[in-house]
Amino acid sequence: MEWLPVLIIGGLLTFATRLSFIALLGRFEAPEVVTRALRYVPPAVLSAIIFPEVLLRDGVFVTPWVNPRLYAGIVAGLIAWRTRNVLLTIGVGMAVFWALGWAGM
Amino acid sequence: MSTHKESSSHSRWREFLRGCLDEAPILLGTMPFGLIYGVLALNAGLPAGLAQAMSAIVFAGSAQFIAAQLIGQATAGVVVVVTIFVVNLRHALYSASLAPYLKHLSLGWKALLAYLLTDEAYAVAIVRYQRDAEAGHAPPFQHWYTLGAATTLWSSWQVATAVGVFLGGSVPASWGLDFTLALTFIALVFTAVRTRPMWVAAITAGGVAVVAHGLPYNFGLLLAAAGGILAGMIAEAQTGVAQRRPFPNP
Repeated sequence: MEWLPVLIIGGLLTFATRLSFIALLGRFEAPEVVTRALRYVPPAVLSAIIFPEVLLRDGVFVTPWVNPRLYAGIVAGLIAWRTRNVLLTIGVGMAVFWALGWAGM
Repeated sequence: MSTHKESSSHSRWREFLRGCLDEAPILLGTMPFGLIYGVLALNAGLPAGLAQAMSAIVFAGSAQFIAAQLIGQATAGVVVVVTIFVVNLRHALYSASLAPYLKHLSLGWKALLAYLLTDEAYAVAIVRYQRDAEAGHAPPFQHWYTLGAATTLWSSWQVATAVGVFLGGSVPASWGLDFTLALTFIALVFTAVRTRPMWVAAITAGGVAVVAHGLPYNFGLLLAAAGGILAGMIAEAQTGVAQRRPFPNP
C-alpha cells in the first residue's frame, strides 16, 4: 500500500483540474494560450503512450516484421479511423494480436 | 407551501432519473473498459484493494490504465503523479465548458459535480445544458440531471472495476492483456484528433516518446507530451499565419 499516497495526490490534482474553472469562473479568466495548449493534451499524451507500447518491448526496439503488436496496432488504427468504436477497436486488435502469436510470430 | 415543496422534490427526482437514463447507453462502452482495467491492474501487480481504491480516488479510465502500468514497472512515485495529472489535464476543458451553467450553485455542489466530472458525464451533461440554452430556458434543477448522469457512471465504474479485480487473478499474463492499453488509446486518439495541428502534436509526441524511452523513471513520457503540445501549437500558429495571408491559394 506504499502507492496509496501517490494515488491520493494524483486524485487530488485530478479533482483540482476538474474543479478549476467551475470554482473560479468570474474571478479569473484563463489566458488564451493555456486553453489553446490544453486542446493538444489528449492527442500528445495518447500517442506518447501508444508508440512505445507498440514499437518497444522492455525498452528495446522490436524488429518491425516480427512484431505482432505493430500489425495489430495498424489494424486497430484502421478500425478506429473508420468506425470510432472503442470496443470494436480493442476486440479486433486483440484478435489480430492473438492470431499472430498463435501463428508463431 | 408543502405542496410546493413536494412538487419541487418531485422534479428534482425526475431530473435525476432522466440523467441516469440518458447516461445508461454509454455504460455499454465504459463497463467493459472498467472490467479490463481491473484485470490489467492485477496483472500489473497491483494489490486488489489498491486497484479498487484507484477507481474511487482517481476515477478516470485512461489515467488509471497508465498509472497501473507505471506502478507495475516500479516507476518513481512523482512520475506516476505527474502522469496522472497530465493525462487528466483535458478535464480543465470540460470544467471551463460547464462553468457558466454551474455558476449559481453552492461550492458543495460545484465540488461534488467536479469530482464526478468525466469524459462520459460531460458528454451527456453538456448536450442537455446547450439544448436548454438554445430553447432559451434554464430549469431550476438541471444540476440534478447532471448528478444523475454522473453518479450512474460512477457506480457502474466501481462495479466494473470490482468484477475485473475479481476475475483478474485467473487471467494468465501470457494472454498479453496489457496490450489492451495501447489498443484503447489507439481508439481514443482517433476521436481526439480533429485538425491537422493535432496530428502534428500526436506524431511528434509519439516520435519523442520512442526516442526518449531510455530516460529514467519514464520521464520520456512527459517530455514527449510537452514536445507534442508545443509542436501542435507551432503548427497551429503557422496555419493561422497562412490563413491570414490575403491570397493563400493563387
